[in-house]
Parts: sequence; structure tokens; C-alpha cells
Amino acid sequence: MSFTIELERENVVTPLGSVRWRTDFPILRERVNGKPLVYLDNAATTQKPQAVIDALSSYYAHDNANVHRGVHTLSQRATDIYETARVKIQRFINAASAEEIVFVRGATEAINLVAQSYARPRLKPGDEILVSAMEHHSNIVPWQLLGEQTGAVLKVVPINDAGELELDAFRRLLGPRTRLVAITHLSNALGSIVPIEAVIALAHDRGVPVLIDGAQAISHLPVDVRALGCDFYAFSGHKIYGPTGIGVLYGRKELLDAMPPYQGGGDMISSVTFERTEYNDLPYKFEAGTPNIAGAIGLGAALDYVSAIGMRAIAAHEQDLLSYATEAVSGIPGLRIIGTARRKASILSFMLEGLHPHDVGTILDNEGVAIRAGHHCAMPVMQRYGIVGTARASFALYNTREEVDALAAGIRKAQEMFRR
Amino acid sequence: MSDLRDLYQDVIFDHYKAPRNCHELADANHEAKGHNPLCGDTITVYLRIEEGIIKDAAFVGNGCAISTASASLMTEALKGKKVAEVEPIFEDFRRMVTEATTAPHPELGKLEVLAGVREFPVRVKCATLAWHTLQAALKDERTPVTTE
Repeated sequence: MSFTIELERENVVTPLGSVRWRTDFPILRERVNGKPLVYLDNAATTQKPQAVIDALSSYYAHDNANVHRGVHTLSQRATDIYETARVKIQRFINAASAEEIVFVRGATEAINLVAQSYARPRLKPGDEILVSAMEHHSNIVPWQLLGEQTGAVLKVVPINDAGELELDAFRRLLGPRTRLVAITHLSNALGSIVPIEAVIALAHDRGVPVLIDGAQAISHLPVDVRALGCDFYAFSGHKIYGPTGIGVLYGRKELLDAMPPYQGGGDMISSVTFERTEYNDLPYKFEAGTPNIAGAIGLGAALDYVSAIGMRAIAAHEQDLLSYATEAVSGIPGLRIIGTARRKASILSFMLEGLHPHDVGTILDNEGVAIRAGHHCAMPVMQRYGIVGTARASFALYNTREEVDALAAGIRKAQEMFRR
Repeated sequence: MSDLRDLYQDVIFDHYKAPRNCHELADANHEAKGHNPLCGDTITVYLRIEEGIIKDAAFVGNGCAISTASASLMTEALKGKKVAEVEPIFEDFRRMVTEATTAPHPELGKLEVLAGVREFPVRVKCATLAWHTLQAALKDERTPVTTE
């Protein structure tokens, strides 16, 4: 990728760099089963830097109050830092305004919000929602629920054996009844980077809006929603070094303005009588109830943290780790990598002949190496490859080549045990 | 620290690599499907029961070493047992793989090799999937059981 080359020229990526970042994450000093923790389950959730932990604890220790409704000092302070977090997110993904940033619980809630608030009022029986064959369940099931409610149909764009989206098939499936394309930016099971620029261009040619599930991509790829031109972009805070329970739906203002509220309650109204309720402005219209204030502040701190390092530097470091890991495991007999797209990021899914992923996970855990084993909430991907699950190592900015070596050694140890 | 050798005993490897009774049963009069949604493992248990006695037992499925060995050992243990004996055996088995103490369970015979599972709580469901499916087969339930 072009940005990798740029960075190598600037000499930003050094092995020392990753070591420096590493000390920012206190949990990485933990020992597991008597061994140093090697945390390679970052696609499930990332660890938190001290800056995020401090932001949460400082908020509760000094600023805690409800937002948007108090005249007292603390409420104003809490409102200010909460809204500052929104602006940090707006800048991080280059949205046009902070109004386009809706706080939600996570990518899952963001997608459900779009399904229920944007799509549901518009859909007629036989209308189509287009997804890819490598979606996480959270970008499948909300559309199936919507189908039950409206009679709309889910259409699936196939992937090839390498795990790449078949763009020709996408072109064919994009039909007169397609009302929305909902597609991942980066596959959590395979690591494939989806060419969403092309997907968005093709969909927009037909006047079809596009939702990008950025749950995986947000911590690995620079995201610029205006350059992409996507209509919605969903992600979770906890996958980008922030807290759990907070996430973001970016939506183009024009679309969000036209959507009815997702949930009713406090904060999302401007006036209420028993006869008639006026809804609040964007983005509050979509934020019923007391929000996850601390979570939003923590996410803001996480984005400050990654911005200080730079998304391009992070992506380049992870690209180096992925290449190194791919090389390291390719020499292991009986190991098959699932997901060999030309454009990949941060995820190494694999199968070992004669060894179930669950057993691999247990044996690696005994070595202090945390990986994921199973279907990764993407059962249709597993069905596509005719397998029940894979073992998956996934990388973050704090991982090192030495940790990849520990993974490879653990895999060989597992094979050794099963050779008995 | 839990010892992996307690979990992966030689008998378990043997039953994983060469599972016993691992085939469909043409003359089965009870069967059920089981599923562990956590890992995607699936199993079908077949039984031929005559006059309250399990005359034959078999399984097919796709699972890890623990779940495959457990199913294999279970089908071996079931043959010739009275249906009424199954529940107490499963109860003992479940206690063995979940309890904190390391008390021996001689009544379980060969099934005792799975005792190491208790040190690995996330793997208990692997060991019990076949048993839950067996219970469903005895009731001849049509909807697949899950470990959840």
C-alpha cells in the first residue's frame, strides 16, 4: 500500500517504536499461566493505554455529572468534555460537523439504528439490502430482522477463495430494488480489506446509499468519511483502545435529518406534551437517555492517543507484523491460512491439520498467548470455506515480532503434543 | 497453573484420533443433534434402544479433541446400559468436570480421563456437548440442543 512505502521512507517505523508504545499499556505487564502475556486477540477487543484509564478515572473523580441539563458547574464541565469528545471523533474521521457523530453503544447498535431508523420506513416487500459474504453477524442479523418486519430481502455478494470481494458480482447484484449496501471495511475473520471506494462509487452511480461497518478497520486503517463519501460509518470504541459500551454512528447530516428517532426518552426531545413531542436537533435526536458519558470521554482520549502516534504509522507497523507473521507460520507444516487477500490488515486466521482451533487456543493460552478460536461471529464465512472455525491471531500497535515468534513456537508445541 | 497433560491425556488423544462408534446408525430409533454455538461444533447422537436397554450407540460430528473424545467414550460407556442408568451417570460426569475438588470418580470408569477438564472451565461445554445431546436423543427432541 502506498502509505506503507511513504512511511518507510520517513523511517517512522522502528522496532523501538513499538516497544515505546508498549509501556503505555499496563495490562501488557501481566503474566498468564506463569508466562508473559502475549495478547493477540485484538480483533475481539484492544487493550487500553494508561491515558484512557486516566481519562475515565479523572472524569469520575473530578467531573462526574449529567450532561446537557444542569446549570451547576460540574454539569457544564461534564457537558464540555463529553461534547469535546464528539469533536475529537469528528476530526478523527473527518466528518463535516460534530452533528454527524451519534454516540451509540457500539458498531452493532449503530447498524441497528440505521436498519430501524433509516431503512425500515423506506422499505417495501421485495426491496433488497446488499451485504458481503464476509460480514460479522452484527451486519447480517439486523437486516434479517428488518426483512421480517418489511418483507425486504438480503442479497449477498460472494467472495473468492482468497477472501476478496467479487466486484463483478457486486455490480450484477446492484439492481433496481437495491435500497442500501451494508458492507465491512475490514473482515474480522479473514483480514481482507474491502475496496470500499469502488463499492461506494458503484452504489452511488445507482443512487444507492452505503453503510460501512468499520468495527475492525477503525484501528488499522486511516478513515476519512468525506474522502470515502460513504453515507454511514459505524464503529466501536473498544476496538480502538477505548472503553466498551461506547461506539459511533457517523451519518451524513442530510440523511440523519430525514430519519425519525431510534429510541424515545430524555435528551432527545426539545419539548414534550401529552399531545405532541418535538424532537431535539442532531445528534441528540438519536441519543435518548443519559449517555455513556465516561465512555465517550474515554474514546476521545483513545483517539488522542492514536492520533499522537499517527494512524499511518500504526498501519505500517501492523503491516510489518502481519507480513512477518505470515512468513513465520507459512513454514509450519499442516498450517493453512484462511484469508489470503492481496490487501489485508492485522488478522491472521489459520487452520492446523488434525488440530481443532479450540485445542490450539487452549494450548497457546498455556503459553501465555491469547488468540481467538472459533467462528469469530462470522459463521457464513466459515460455511464459505467448509470449516467450523479457525484460530485467529490479530495484531495491534503494541505487538512485537518477538510476540509473533512466541505464537509460532506455541503452534509448533501444539502440533508436537498432538503428534503423540 | 493447570497442567495441560491433565487435560490432554493419552486416552483422549487415542479417542480423538480414532473415535469409537463414530458413524451413523441405520437402525437407530432415537437421535438428536447438538451444537455448541461458542465454537460451532456439531454432533448427532444415535441410539438403538430395546426394552429400556441401550443396545447400540453412535455419533457423528465435528469437534475438538475434548468433545470428540468425550462423545467416543460416552458411546462406549452407554452400550448395554439401562436407560434409567443414564441420568445418574451424566450427573456424576457433570459433577466430575465442574467441581472444585479432585475427588476420584471410580464409578465413571474410563470416563474419568476427562476429569482434567475441571481445570479449564471454558472447555467444560466441549466435554458435555455429547451428553446434552444424548439427553435430547433419549427424549427424541427435534430441535437441536445447545450447550448454552
